[in-house]
Amino acid sequence: MLRQATRLLSRPLFSNRSCVRAFATDVPATPSPDTAFVESWKKVIPNIEPPKTPSSFMSQRPPAPSTIPTKITVNFVLPYASELASKEVDMVIIPATTGQMGVLPGHVPTIAELKPGILSVHEGNDVTKYFLSSGFAFVHANSVADIIAVEAVPIAHIDPSLVQKGLAEFTQKLSSASTDLEKAEAQIGVDVHSALNSALSG
Amino acid sequence: MASNAAVPFWRAAGMTYITYSNICANLVRNCLKEPYKTEALTREKVHFSIATWNDGKAEKPVLRSDTPED
Repeated sequence: MLRQATRLLSRPLFSNRSCVRAFATDVPATPSPDTAFVESWKKVIPNIEPPKTPSSFMSQRPPAPSTIPTKITVNFVLPYASELASKEVDMVIIPATTGQMGVLPGHVPTIAELKPGILSVHEGNDVTKYFLSSGFAFVHANSVADIIAVEAVPIAHIDPSLVQKGLAEFTQKLSSASTDLEKAEAQIGVDVHSALNSALSG
Repeated sequence: MASNAAVPFWRAAGMTYITYSNICANLVRNCLKEPYKTEALTREKVHFSIATWNDGKAEKPVLRSDTPED
């Protein structure tokens, strides 16, 4: 009998709800419980608490502050380690596919795909540079930047002779490649090694 | 709706983003200086055994590993 209750409750409610969804930036700071659902539930099943929705378990993202904060909070994570966890810095320059993008506090919310290149984190007079293999960067309205990459190494860890060797090898593979897939792989090799090269010299 | 926008060359060649990202990561790992290179390669080693099932019975599992069998 109780199994039927959820099915009966869900059908008429969902058909009345409008299908227009608000933007994520308009989400209120505290989740408002759906009062119509809670009332109908209590009418049919007064003894059991109404089920919680996933959004009531999540902590809401803090709303964008009305004044621009002075520093951005950077979360830089890799699959095996978290390099920077909620570190407050002045600026980060990320290697987006559209070019080097500087992110300052108050930056417009962005999702950027990253290409192999240098990530530099500027804190006062210190600049820390990492070479990223690829990944994504999310900048949120409240000046929090999440940067995720598969591999990130400090520039000092890169061996220049191996880079030159790899570049020569892949340039040669690119000219001799036959299938589309081989060409794509060789092109990726050339891109990554040229980025490594310019990271070493730049 | 939007038609085929300019796709990256690797997707045009039939590669998915994950494959692309893993290839980039492998290339970077292979260009590291010595102690870091061995650390990175040991970190990324995989070791698993695959068994295909047929008619409710498992066939002999295949072991795939980066660590050589001792």
